Amino acid sequence: MEVKDANAALLSNYEVYQLLTDLKEQRKESGKNKHSAGQQNLNAITYETLKYISKTPCRNQSPAIVQEFLTAMKSHKLTKAEKLQLLNHRPMTAVEIQLMVEESEERLTEEQIEALLHTVTSILPAGPEDEQSKSTSNDVAMEEEDPA
Amino acid sequence: MFVLVEMVDTVRIPPWQFERKLNDSVAEELNKKLANKVVYNVGLCICLFDITKLEDAYVFPGDGASHTKVHFRYVVFHPFLDEILIGKIKGCSPEGVHVSLGFFDDILIPPESLQQPAKFDEAEQVWVWEYETEEGAHDLYMDTGEEIRFRVVDESFVDTSPTGPNSAEAASSSEELPKKEAPYTLVAPWIERRPRT
Repeated sequence: MEVKDANAALLSNYEVYQLLTDLKEQRKESGKNKHSAGQQNLNAITYETLKYISKTPCRNQSPAIVQEFLTAMKSHKLTKAEKLQLLNHRPMTAVEIQLMVEESEERLTEEQIEALLHTVTSILPAGPEDEQSKSTSNDVAMEEEDPA
Repeated sequence: MFVLVEMVDTVRIPPWQFERKLNDSVAEELNKKLANKVVYNVGLCICLFDITKLEDAYVFPGDGASHTKVHFRYVVFHPFLDEILIGKIKGCSPEGVHVSLGFFDDILIPPESLQQPAKFDEAEQVWVWEYETEEGAHDLYMDTGEEIRFRVVDESFVDTSPTGPNSAEAASSSEELPKKEAPYTLVAPWIERRPRT
């Protein structure tokens, strides 16, 4: 076996989520063809990965949302890796942005960070656990943005 | 977190599967071979993304199966350097905090990378962050099952392929060096705790 290109493309969590759910549907439809040792590995890894991604905000995204997010991000001049991290994590606080964007104090002013936060939270849908705790965390979020 | 890796391999299809479509047999064989396995210096393979090219299939004398050279792309878990990930604490040991992502378990946060000052509580076997404020020190425990955010600092691939019978003596001494037998481990400094909801 030969690896031609170990870094052909970066995938967002949403794309992997989509791929795995389609794969699961396909295998369910074709019936119980082979639950041999070989398929067990695939089953195990797809189940675990799906479980992990389902708990992140990527679950509620769609190709249109991702496209909209990327066009909105063009003006902020971020690297590909930074945009991917924002897409996968959907940061809601300035601290998170500082972690994901390198040298954010030098590259972005506070208003830009606020604008970035606003774009992220308005375009990307909230994750499954965030939806549950929305009412309680709203007050906390307000307090964190004030000292800025 | 996930990357697409282009690979080439020769897939063997046994004769009793000839009635199936070649694409399906090839996809199944590739998944059987690579899913949930670590490829040296590449990462943890998740599942097949697509098949880019199928070359001609050959049948060799003495073997009834067909051999097809396949160019394909595979989804691999391989976080880049400085990527932020969210995981659950699996446990603590004097070596550091062990974090798991569900599908990938071998993530270690060494004590040097924890928020200082931190100390290991022997009685409860947990790492504690002693956070100093004006009122006094608050002890923040790293309990099992808690979700934490961390940044990937280093990765190490260990070649766990079996050694031949001749070189057994020479190889055994070099394999003892990396303590972690897992073929792929991540080392990461702890960033912050996800706020408890």
